[in-house]
Amino acid sequence: MRRFYVVFAVLAVVLGIGLFVLLRQGGGASAAAAGPPPTVVDDGFRGYTMGSDDAVVEITEYSDFECPFCANFATIQMPTIKQQLITTGKVRWRYRDFPLPVHQYSRYSAHAAHCAGEQGKFWEMHDQLFYHHQWAQTGRDPAGLFRDFARDVGLDLQRYDACMTAGRYASRIEFSRQEGDQKLVNGTPTFFVNGKMFNASRATSDAFKAMADSIIAHTPPKPRPREDR
Amino acid sequence: MRSRQAIALLALVGCFVALYLWLHALGVGGPLKCGTGGCDTVQTSRWAVFLGFPVALYGVIGYFVILVVAVAALRPAALVQRKWNVVLVGLASVGVLFTIYLTYLELFVIHAICRWCVGSAVIITAIWIVAVKAMRSVQVSSDSY
Repeated sequence: MRRFYVVFAVLAVVLGIGLFVLLRQGGGASAAAAGPPPTVVDDGFRGYTMGSDDAVVEITEYSDFECPFCANFATIQMPTIKQQLITTGKVRWRYRDFPLPVHQYSRYSAHAAHCAGEQGKFWEMHDQLFYHHQWAQTGRDPAGLFRDFARDVGLDLQRYDACMTAGRYASRIEFSRQEGDQKLVNGTPTFFVNGKMFNASRATSDAFKAMADSIIAHTPPKPRPREDR
Repeated sequence: MRSRQAIALLALVGCFVALYLWLHALGVGGPLKCGTGGCDTVQTSRWAVFLGFPVALYGVIGYFVILVVAVAALRPAALVQRKWNVVLVGLASVGVLFTIYLTYLELFVIHAICRWCVGSAVIITAIWIVAVKAMRSVQVSSDSY
């Protein structure tokens, strides 16, 4: 019996040390991806787009993945907008980052989306971040969860990890934020329809449809190229 | 006696697994060490909270109770008492049923598997098997008298 208590005590100590080590280990959100970059460079990137290049209407959205209003918009209004305006070729949608300083993981989540975009999966990651928005309410380090998202959308995880660790797109995200500042964006989501700020309080799929239909109705049709006989 | 010792050791391991998940739920430490599993997907899902408390807390309490009962059952006076085996089977059965429910959620609702949860499922199943075998062997030996 005494031997049992010795084994029990040794096991308890080993497990206690193991638990301590597990909790002490880092590996969370890399500082390079989570914070602003030391320098900002314009690499010519102007946001990920969705929809036809020939669309008469372009809507630019300044958004923050940690913002609850942005998540509501993305999950409630955006599916209808996609169906009615984007897939029909009426509207081209442009996503720009505007990480708010009050949010701890805004830049990190934007970075995860850009690292997915590097592998052609920006919009898939965009949806993961907004449709599983519980992460934004816990205050916990979301690095592991975002990696799960990356795996779920089919990213090469080694490339994703390298991108996140290096903070490869930190400058691009900050450039977008500064651009938003210049356009007097002061909250998220903020929309611009063909360059003009759109009242965010009216940012419903119906309002966007009415606006897009009105612009299209007042836009003269493009002249058809003449056919040579 | 051996079976109760085995249950105590298994419950100790289970207690630490659940403790790790509970501390993570409280925001202690960084992301879960999970390899290629979907631990964070599971732990941040809305099913990670049950009746207002993190699911892992129920694990900590459950394993701790099994541990205390198993150690109490090792006292010389308790070794000959069959009721301790019944209590252990009862506790382990509750744990197994709860684990089946959680595993169902992982596989068919959340569509992600947490390796720590799988580890816990293996431990509680092992406890249940050992407890049931111990109870049956006591029954058989008492029947043979």
